[in-house]
Amino acid sequence: MSENPLDNEPILVAEGVSRRFGGLVAVNTVDFTIPERAIVSLIGPNGAGKTTFFNVLLGVIDPTAGSVVFRGRRMIARPERVGFESLLWVLPAVLLGLLSGLLAEAGIVSGRLVALLGFLTLMLLVGSLLLAIIRPVWYSTALERIGIFRSARPNDMVTAGVGRTFQNIRLFQNMTAIENVLVGMHTQLHGNLLEAFLQTPRVKAEEKAAERRADDLLTLVGLHGKGNEGARNLPYGDQRRLEIARALAANPKLLLLDEPAAGMNPKETLDLVALISKLRDDLGLTILLIEHDMKVVMGISDRVTVLDHGEKIAEGTPEQVRKDPRVIEAYLGAPAA
Amino acid sequence: MTALPATSEAGARVPMGASLRPLLRLVIPALLVVGAYAFMGPEQFVNAMTRGAIYALIALGYTMVYGIIELINFAHGDMFMMGAFVSLTFLGQILGLTGSITEIAKLAPLLVAAFFISMIVMGAVGVTIERLAYKPLRAAPRLAPLITAIGVSFILQNIVMLKYGPYQTNSPKIFPSVDIVIGTAKIPALSLFIIVVAVVMMIALQLFIGRTRLGRAMRSTAADRDAAQLMGVNINRTIAITFLIGAALAGAAGVVNGLQYGVSRFDDGFQAGLKAFTAAVLGGIGNTVGAALGGFIIGFIEVGATVMGFSRWGPAIVFGTLVIVLVFRPSGLLGQQLGERA
Repeated sequence: MSENPLDNEPILVAEGVSRRFGGLVAVNTVDFTIPERAIVSLIGPNGAGKTTFFNVLLGVIDPTAGSVVFRGRRMIARPERVGFESLLWVLPAVLLGLLSGLLAEAGIVSGRLVALLGFLTLMLLVGSLLLAIIRPVWYSTALERIGIFRSARPNDMVTAGVGRTFQNIRLFQNMTAIENVLVGMHTQLHGNLLEAFLQTPRVKAEEKAAERRADDLLTLVGLHGKGNEGARNLPYGDQRRLEIARALAANPKLLLLDEPAAGMNPKETLDLVALISKLRDDLGLTILLIEHDMKVVMGISDRVTVLDHGEKIAEGTPEQVRKDPRVIEAYLGAPAA
Repeated sequence: MTALPATSEAGARVPMGASLRPLLRLVIPALLVVGAYAFMGPEQFVNAMTRGAIYALIALGYTMVYGIIELINFAHGDMFMMGAFVSLTFLGQILGLTGSITEIAKLAPLLVAAFFISMIVMGAVGVTIERLAYKPLRAAPRLAPLITAIGVSFILQNIVMLKYGPYQTNSPKIFPSVDIVIGTAKIPALSLFIIVVAVVMMIALQLFIGRTRLGRAMRSTAADRDAAQLMGVNINRTIAITFLIGAALAGAAGVVNGLQYGVSRFDDGFQAGLKAFTAAVLGGIGNTVGAALGGFIIGFIEVGATVMGFSRWGPAIVFGTLVIVLVFRPSGLLGQQLGERA
């Protein structure tokens, strides 16, 4: 590589991210940036807060402080005034409904007015409901405009371009390999309920193309021809690869791999390292890696960040980190191989 | 899935027994169907299919909702009842129809409109109920949404009772009572219509779940909700769609019920819901094919009991069968397919 990927523009910037669980501070004001097309690793002893930090980046849990900006857009921060959401439409609808019911009981006003009130109630309720279900993005943007901020949910992060794999394999076991990849493609496809039942040409063509692309992805990770096998019947290493294919299906810009080499034998680990490099070099992905296997981490990372007790204790190239006395003390104990 | 008991102790015959097993799986149900036909005669056979089709349509909603959020939606039977009332309001009170309509050119659009309106309205009701009553309780212990479902059931029944009163309301039987004569048997055209409608809907549902983007989203959500969300599936929308489809099918069953029996009452949903729930459990809750199968089985048991002269014992025999099946196959006839939590 001629140029250093660490000099690229950051794709993700986390600033001052903290997360506490009661009295325990799992992550403490961590600043973290990921340059585009870099492979960065996050390491640390067990319980250092790696997975918590990962989950904050993905929108699985809200941070107690700090924010995450992904590709220039604030995606995740401490929730602001979310309690007001229900005051916006649920409460007015209930009050309006009760009011019209009471007025009708008392016979104070004409039936027409009561009917109008009832109709307004219904429209408010159904309208907000439909907006929230059908166009969640519009709904949350509207909320944000009036000062209610909710962090992006994990599915929003996927839409924005973050893919992930799991520490413990979490494939959809009772589906086939190709179906797993197709689920991963969910955000890339657009067929809606009506089109699905009418089987419009657009939706048929889309499904065809999706299947072709799923096949390509399976080939890319080395599972060519295994598409119709049940996910649970695949060998362990293949299941790990299938997870990567499923994550790639969403067309991510940033791929988060949570201990991808866990439980692999040395040969499978070597193949994995080659695959990760290929993903960056050929597909231009940015990769964040949580890993315990030092051979993997030291071999392919452009930069390594070390967490301990929820705090960032070191950051730098693999060489710098390996020599850092704080890291050796906290984590490596004996010098790494 | 538990295997059938070994057919033989002799080692030499085991391969043959093993190769026979898939064949037996086809032959035994076929024999049962033929036996039922011979025993009941064609008219009662079709009658059983018709009842079974209605139960099956309702059972699909139970099983889908259970598969995706593990909630036994006790308000689902009342969705069926409301579906019947939506259709009778549309046909009887808005259009003012009372009797049968013999011209196909007039009948067909009316039927399509009745199904369409009832399914849309009930689908909307289903989604609204999910959003207001069940979604806030999604993280709560399982008992909370269950009790809520019973509460929703009371609310729906009482809304209908307030509007239509505590007695039976006539539903216009717009489908002409024409019989199709096959040999000596007279089979009502309405029954055939109902069976065809139900089967078409079941096949459409099966294809939807198996082959489309949203169907895959439903299955993945049922299998692992968190993982599905982390793959970009919008969980809230997927659950809403499940309720929409389940409730729409219940609405369709309500229309069919009105055409068939001609009357509806606010508490119709209770009995029908209970039997459809039994059907869903019998077939293996969470499994859509199982729910359809269970619905038809219950139709046959009920009609069979009537043919044998035990019509009052129908429900007892239905629930007795459920108990026996659950003793031997606790996960139902077809086990789990939609949801899987080992």
